[in-house]
Amino acid sequence: MTGSPTRTRYQDGARRIAPIGAAAAVFGASFAVLARTADFEAAEAIAMSATTFAGSAQFAAASILGTGGTVAAAVVAASLLNARYAPIGMTVASEFRGSALRRLLEGQLIVDESWAMSRRSDGSYDRRLLIGGGLLLYVCWVGGTALGAAIGDRLGEPERYGLDAAFPALFLALLVPQVRTRQALAAALGGAAIALVLIPFVPAGVPIVAAVAACLVGWTRL
Amino acid sequence: MSEVWVVVVLVGAATVALKAVGPVALGGRELPRPLTAILFLLAPALLAALVVTQAVGGDRSLVFDERLVGLGAAAAAIALRAPLLAVVVIAAAVTAAARALG
Repeated sequence: MTGSPTRTRYQDGARRIAPIGAAAAVFGASFAVLARTADFEAAEAIAMSATTFAGSAQFAAASILGTGGTVAAAVVAASLLNARYAPIGMTVASEFRGSALRRLLEGQLIVDESWAMSRRSDGSYDRRLLIGGGLLLYVCWVGGTALGAAIGDRLGEPERYGLDAAFPALFLALLVPQVRTRQALAAALGGAAIALVLIPFVPAGVPIVAAVAACLVGWTRL
Repeated sequence: MSEVWVVVVLVGAATVALKAVGPVALGGRELPRPLTAILFLLAPALLAALVVTQAVGGDRSLVFDERLVGLGAAAAAIALRAPLLAVVVIAAAVTAAARALG
């Protein structure tokens, strides 16, 4: 125990993550706008940001539905994208206190950014930084989505603005920082190859779910 | 219930459960290392597949159109360390411009 007051520590987390919070609000707004290409209503986009609170999975679900994929393909692909939160949650699990309900709710504030920011140099995690930062990101993300949903209704045809090309660009930008090891590179190249080969032969969405097979390189030593 | 609502509810429920597993159920314990390695590779594999399907995917066919011009511009922006929003806006603007000219 360091004896520093609780209140300042939560605020520290919010303050440190504030620049990312601004980006999250804009990103949340772009989710609401892009989700319109998949016929998301405003309430559906906002509800998804409030419950899923994970950008890549939300964009994946919207893009799969938008390109004619099935509900099952969208749900499986988005859920698998969030599967990393199981091991991520375990790294910080020992820091969480209180009732199961409280831990469940606080656990929802774990996102890539709040988790990374709360890591101490000794490898442990600061729960208050994580929660303070996560809470600010949550407000920015859901608020941004609501704002985007309000604006998006007045934009008209998404293709005219090249918004269909915004999806692959976004996924590429999210992919690049993930490829830090040879195994991650192999998984990415394998996943891309599987999708490319399957697109002409199976319904939309299935190539993305099938690309999961590329993760099996995790069992090899590269 | 619309298809979109079904997806919103199921993905939301799955994500809430995945985030809660560590803090609620497994406090302190760790997953077997090979399983963890594979779970961390899900994101790169899926994101790469999403890049491909969104860039060249059509109705059961490969379609090479203006989206690739926009994606090329996005790749250049990423290489120059442009922020996420700038990358997305550049891709959309270049694609729209290529369509208007083409």
